[in-house]
Amino acid sequence: MTTQTRSISQDVTNQMRDTTVMIKRNLLRIIRLPQLLFFSSVQPIIFLLLFTFVFGGAITRGTDISYIDFLLPGVLVQTAVFGSTQTAIGLTEDLAAGVIDRFRSLPMARSAVLAGRTTADLVRNAAVTVIMLTVGTIIGYRIGGTVIEAALGVVIALLFGFSVSWAMASLGLWVKNAETAQTASFVLIFPLVFASSIFVPPASMPSWLQGFAANQPVSVVASTVRALMGGLPIGSRILESAMWIAAILAVFFPLGVYLYRRAVST
Amino acid sequence: MEEASIVADSIVRSFGDVTALDGVSLSVETGTIYGLLGPNGAGKTTLIRVLTTLLKPDSGAGFVAGIDVVAQPNLARRSLGLAGQTAAVDEFLTGRENLEMVGNLYHLPSKEVKQRASEVLERIDLDDAGDRPVSTYSGGMRRRLDLAASLVGRPEVLFLDEPTTGLDPRSRLEMWGLINELVEEGATVMLTTQYLDEADRLADLIGVIDHGRLISEGTASDLKAKLGGDIIDVAVSADDRDLAGAVLTGIAGKEAAWDDVSFTFTIPATNGAATLTEVVRGLDQAGVVPDDLALHRPSLDDVFLSLTGRTAEDKVTEAGESASTKPQRGRSK
Ligand SMILES: Nc1ncnc2c1ncn2[C@@H]1O[C@H](COP(=O)(O)OP(=O)(O)O)[C@@H](O)[C@H]1O
Ligand SMILES: [Mg+2]
Repeated sequence: MTTQTRSISQDVTNQMRDTTVMIKRNLLRIIRLPQLLFFSSVQPIIFLLLFTFVFGGAITRGTDISYIDFLLPGVLVQTAVFGSTQTAIGLTEDLAAGVIDRFRSLPMARSAVLAGRTTADLVRNAAVTVIMLTVGTIIGYRIGGTVIEAALGVVIALLFGFSVSWAMASLGLWVKNAETAQTASFVLIFPLVFASSIFVPPASMPSWLQGFAANQPVSVVASTVRALMGGLPIGSRILESAMWIAAILAVFFPLGVYLYRRAVST
Repeated sequence: MEEASIVADSIVRSFGDVTALDGVSLSVETGTIYGLLGPNGAGKTTLIRVLTTLLKPDSGAGFVAGIDVVAQPNLARRSLGLAGQTAAVDEFLTGRENLEMVGNLYHLPSKEVKQRASEVLERIDLDDAGDRPVSTYSGGMRRRLDLAASLVGRPEVLFLDEPTTGLDPRSRLEMWGLINELVEEGATVMLTTQYLDEADRLADLIGVIDHGRLISEGTASDLKAKLGGDIIDVAVSADDRDLAGAVLTGIAGKEAAWDDVSFTFTIPATNGAATLTEVVRGLDQAGVVPDDLALHRPSLDDVFLSLTGRTAEDKVTEAGESASTKPQRGRSK
């Protein structure tokens, strides 16, 4: 009984240690590839500026808030989702370099490699989000409700990105090749990001698209974040977003770990 | 009963139509080096992957340090170290950070991790470069670091998949020295190689693998003995081919083997140096001046040829080893 308790607590300690080691490794990778970090921060800023100044005037919103106030919360969600493709690409690179083979031959926790990668990508996303909020404030963005509500909105955007990272981890381990992972992830992500409520209200879309555009997860989360950051009526949106995040994790956490356990470089 | 640190028992593993391992059984005594020798695609990496818990076999069993790798992979991982076919080190970390990471993942006591990393860096002569990012390392340094990473957890059994492929001759010699030292400290090593001289130089026991089957096993001398005694090679110009062939066939008492690429006849030196004298005298009388004439012990190349009907070089280009200059081997140990 005592031995068993001790070995379980030992397992938990080891699992936490393995995960911490892997988070640290992946953060170092992010910090030491400064160009990647730079461009992955610049890309969403470009989106923000383009949509605000190039399309902003032409886009009929059918909303009462200013376009930047409408757009920015959605772009935070977009950034988190786009950022998750890095999870897939990074894993395929580790696989090709034989690093995953080494990790799998070590007596380490099975989930640690993926948890380390997805968590590091979450931290990177959080940093990019801070930059985005700064740039947004400079070009006129203002939160509409309380700081606490706005902060909750940002956390929901980041957690959604984290859950999508797990889906991308599964994709990367499945396709095993960096270019394929990049292409495949964008094929999956583009419709979700653009046929959504991020840039324009779904009501402006053709009717056959409205049902999808209004109810798919990216839209649900974007509307939630927008409502929280804008101090708008929220309804049951927080719960809906939380359910999407939980559902994605419930599928892709076990699937990712399963694929990891069988992954060998070719 | 002798102690075996690595046991493979009828391991079968296929990928779709390809049978990568077709019933491989072998056993490696504790504290020895086993060399798995075979051309590209023979199944070497697949066997290493099964034994290091990365792949499950379709059937058969594997044991490392007495632990069943299929039934108790996690336990087995504590006793094994793997240096795979590519140097699996992180480019953006320093050498030291790489080793400390692996030490942590082996769950060494936290206090020991730093000390062990320094120890191992010194061991592989990378203590000066230890704090530089791996992206600045040469190929040889990366390979050494990769080997070092497999040592950090002090595993009893080491698996090295083609540890010297792609290395320049000097780095290769350094790697050989390092592997030999490890075994002196009590480790058991299984290494794979496409280099015949490497297996000869390092391994206590050599297994020749081809198309997923172990086609022969023995010490380097055992394998050579399969070919009988020494061999005489006589290289001649095209004009002299028929004349020389007649002379050599007469001496050998059977048709002399001809190699079209190197323009060389090969006959067994049935009476050693006396046969060589006979050859020289016979060629002289026939008016043939050979381009090259050599008496040597059969090389592992010759063994491979006789076992598989083709040379290993059909499939791989071997660094520094060509048909015309066959170094005298088997004396290094
Ligand atoms: N993951 C894999 N998927 C499909 N085929 C594979 C895989 N790994 C190895 N093979 C095939 O199995 C055979 C043996 O490969 P391998 O063990 O890598 O040989 P070696 O290491 O001796 O060069 C080859 O024909 C190879 O193409
Ligand atoms: Mg191989």
